[in-house]
Amino acid sequence: MANTYKLIATATAGASTSSLDFTAIPGTYTDLLLKVSGRTTDTSQIRDYFLLRFNSSATGYSRTWLAGYDGSNVTSGAGITETYGFCGGINGFLSLANTFGNAEIYIPSYASSVQKMYNADCSGGYNGTTTYLMNIANVIWDNTAAITSISLFPANGSVSSPSGNWAQNSTAYLYGIKNS
Amino acid sequence: MPNPTKVIVDCSTGISTEVELTDAEVAQREADATAFAAEQAEREAAATAKAAAKASAELKLAALGLTADEIAALSK
Repeated sequence: MANTYKLIATATAGASTSSLDFTAIPGTYTDLLLKVSGRTTDTSQIRDYFLLRFNSSATGYSRTWLAGYDGSNVTSGAGITETYGFCGGINGFLSLANTFGNAEIYIPSYASSVQKMYNADCSGGYNGTTTYLMNIANVIWDNTAAITSISLFPANGSVSSPSGNWAQNSTAYLYGIKNS
Repeated sequence: MPNPTKVIVDCSTGISTEVELTDAEVAQREADATAFAAEQAEREAAATAKAAAKASAELKLAALGLTADEIAALSK
């Protein structure tokens, strides 16, 4: 159970921001928690996704995920040795104006010398009535380095080649959690 | 039109800076997007061809006298 829960830093997108990057993350916490309020600007997407990279690494991400959307649809899947870490759904440009998706990403033992993993919970409502998506994802990053930087990328519909931009005022909050 | 930017927050100082992507980074993003679109089109074409082949096979089976239930049972 967390004994301390401290906001380390906040990153807020400007008018045309391709990534939100946290660098020089201190290794003094037990776990990290990212909270994201996000929307993308890409005109072909009502629901978009976002991805991450640790330490600018482009290798070793594997995932399982489960999603439900639009009332009666469910889908799930898995991927191995991917080049980005999957997070999940946020609002795209075609969603209701000025609405943002929400996500939480919990990264335990981020400074340890073993492989890292995280779980992501994401949800977004896209037209205020019937179009929405929620998903959970569990991701392993097959790398033993301490996590010192995190970059967040809007997918523009692609889980392997993100080319999107964050909508202005999309915001990521990075918290440090200590167990003592 | 200016290139997109990345917002970089240095957690040791709390200072946030907005850095414009280089032309090379923009070109890489565009190349990645093009490659993804091509892959996606290929996947969709394969799925369409598979669905068409299935429909064609079902029509031929029906012409041989199989009922809809019998045809459905073959794919289970």
